Amino acid sequence: MNFEKIDHILKEHEYKHSAIISIMQDVQGIENYLPEDTLRYISEKLELNLTRIFDIATFYKTFSLTPRGRHTIRVCSGTACHLGGAVKNLEQIQRTINIQEGETTDDRMFSLETVNCLGACALAPVMVIDEDYYDAVNPGDIEKFLSPYCLEPEV
Amino acid sequence: MKQIKTISDLEDLRKCILKQKDPDKITIRTCLSTGCRAKKSIKVISALEDELNNQGLQEKVEIKKTGCHGFCEMGPIMVIEPANIFYRQVTSEDIADIVSETILKGNIVKRLLWKDAGTKEYTKTEKELPLYKKQKKHISYNSGKINPTDIEDYIAADGYSALYKALSAMTPAEIVEIVVASDLRGRGGGGFPTGLKWRICSAAPSDIKYIIANGDEGDPGAFMDRSLMEGDPHRIIEGMIIAAYAIGASQGFLYVREEYPIAIEHLSIAIQKAEEYGLLGNNIMGTGFDFNISINKGAGAFVCGEETALIISIEGKSGTPRSRPPYPAFEGLWGKPTIINNVETFGNITQIILKGADWYSNIGTTGSKGTKIFSLVGKVRNTGLVEVEMGTTLREIIFDIGGGIRKNRQFKAVQTGGPSGGCIPISKIDMPVDYDSLREAGAIMGSGGMIVMDETSCMVDIARYFLNFLLFESCGKCVPCREGLKQMHYILTNICEGKGEKGDIEALTELGHFMISTSLCGLGATAPNPVLSTLRYFHDEYVAHIYDKKCPAGVCKNLFEYMIDETLCNGCTLCKVKCPEKAISGEKKKPHRINTAKCIKCGICYNLCKRQAVIVI
Repeated sequence: MNFEKIDHILKEHEYKHSAIISIMQDVQGIENYLPEDTLRYISEKLELNLTRIFDIATFYKTFSLTPRGRHTIRVCSGTACHLGGAVKNLEQIQRTINIQEGETTDDRMFSLETVNCLGACALAPVMVIDEDYYDAVNPGDIEKFLSPYCLEPEV
Repeated sequence: MKQIKTISDLEDLRKCILKQKDPDKITIRTCLSTGCRAKKSIKVISALEDELNNQGLQEKVEIKKTGCHGFCEMGPIMVIEPANIFYRQVTSEDIADIVSETILKGNIVKRLLWKDAGTKEYTKTEKELPLYKKQKKHISYNSGKINPTDIEDYIAADGYSALYKALSAMTPAEIVEIVVASDLRGRGGGGFPTGLKWRICSAAPSDIKYIIANGDEGDPGAFMDRSLMEGDPHRIIEGMIIAAYAIGASQGFLYVREEYPIAIEHLSIAIQKAEEYGLLGNNIMGTGFDFNISINKGAGAFVCGEETALIISIEGKSGTPRSRPPYPAFEGLWGKPTIINNVETFGNITQIILKGADWYSNIGTTGSKGTKIFSLVGKVRNTGLVEVEMGTTLREIIFDIGGGIRKNRQFKAVQTGGPSGGCIPISKIDMPVDYDSLREAGAIMGSGGMIVMDETSCMVDIARYFLNFLLFESCGKCVPCREGLKQMHYILTNICEGKGEKGDIEALTELGHFMISTSLCGLGATAPNPVLSTLRYFHDEYVAHIYDKKCPAGVCKNLFEYMIDETLCNGCTLCKVKCPEKAISGEKKKPHRINTAKCIKCGICYNLCKRQAVIVI
């Protein structure tokens, strides 16, 4: 991890303890997860207890302490999506890429997550891959939606 | 840049902006909110821009990129003014026709008009659409009409007039009293009188006070706050500045879910623009009043929508609620008196200041004043955002505005209030929607989610769904919530899996009442509502699950089978081709069969069959 970037983030937030959640959100923006050595570095620089940082990292759902895949699949499990069959979509994804919710595929291609509600309830059931939204999804669509991501060349 | 240095500069600026506007100019209002963006509106708008440039029309036609129109399902939406023509589900391929026919010749492109699924009639204009016709848009009026990233558009639509009036002609005490007299109640869920909160905070002795706008819209199925923040961010900011002036605060916080990146972007731009124009920051409009706003992004914790948890989260800690009193109005952020209101509540303030408390309190019912925005979703025909007067009946909302139930199925229930709310059955369809009636019916107003269910929705599964949701969102601090949720969820999961036993219903009821009376915060105290309300109105369905081992709606996997009705099946083979488990057999043009031993109940065949020959038994 490049600590220069971390220093920049800390400076932007004026090394404020109250800004720790925003700091961690910005840090996670770099590598898509929070590496332990980075959290230790932040703790040292801010003179903030490491237990408090880990408390926040494990309390808020947005934070991940393990690396994520290149593509994040987020299945909305809001009420409208649930009624529209979000569980069946989720199960179909699990069968297709062979991982459970919260896991990452062995080849680090996909991470699978559920999200409480994306606020796009009129489009239910909704699924988001990275930044791309898919609306009115049904289990029969899953393979078709996932395959273009598998074909993308390595960066 | 036109900085407003004295209080009269605002009116001069407004006149100047309005003078430059040509009301007869053709304007195409396009939506750039989450819903339409998800349906590729950015691509469509760029195709429109290209086409207008190619035809040399860029000077004659204005493209206005607005926030949410409320009819997200029909996105991408385009409304062509001044004729008010409403086009839906516009694709890049439709652009050439829109420009050559509608813009150049004034003709309608019929295939892009909205068509009523029931009557098969087309609707030409936005104002004639059933979804909009019965609405009373006071708070969401600008959303979908103005460009939310252009402060001058907001000012042209009377924006910041309420702030002008408050700062130039009212004392802080007068503002507090007008909000008290309006009887406005908080739109976040609890429904506490907003004016009282302001009065208490205003009287609290402290040099430092804070204003917090709660935009942590966590209720699944609700998206009115997102739409308001994306579509009319200045309205919220203006409400916050007025509140700050009323109680003497100089710092405000906007707490927004990080799942709403466009809302965060639009609010950030709005704050920056308001500062540039002298409407926010130091010495607002030259009056000597200082107020700054910063944005805090939520980090995916539902419990942070609870006010004490949200405050702790802004302080940079894990957002666990604390017991009240002391209420935030006495002791809030960093121990200082704090007003925390929902963003929609702040959205109500400007009209109360401009039109007065009497005008406001004439709208609505005795105990619930004004209008409320609901997100009408689920198995209803027209889904979207609906702003109606308090006291409008459920029937008017679901059947007149929402157009009834999809696929001609039967209405079963409507769920309001998110995980803290309840399910209301058909017998209460003529009930007025207000804080007190909903509570009486075992639900709550909540933030305004209204999820419509039909005969394919299982009420036991819905109850389990909400408990499952809360099980993960409970902060774990108090025992009744942490353990109560776990036990209730365990019982409900058993019921849904076909392992329900005699005594389960009684145990759920007892645990539910225990949690209500002993939990620390609103999350635990309202968590049993979805279970208790479904037990009250849909007792039969629990009985069917526990004793008959059947899920009548066909949702709980262990309790139903899919079967093909041989009298309906025409042997099109679609289900057979798509079945991932090869569990369907049959020859072309002959009735097919499902091998139930192989079937994994993924539902693909059920969704695919156009003749609805796949049935649940």
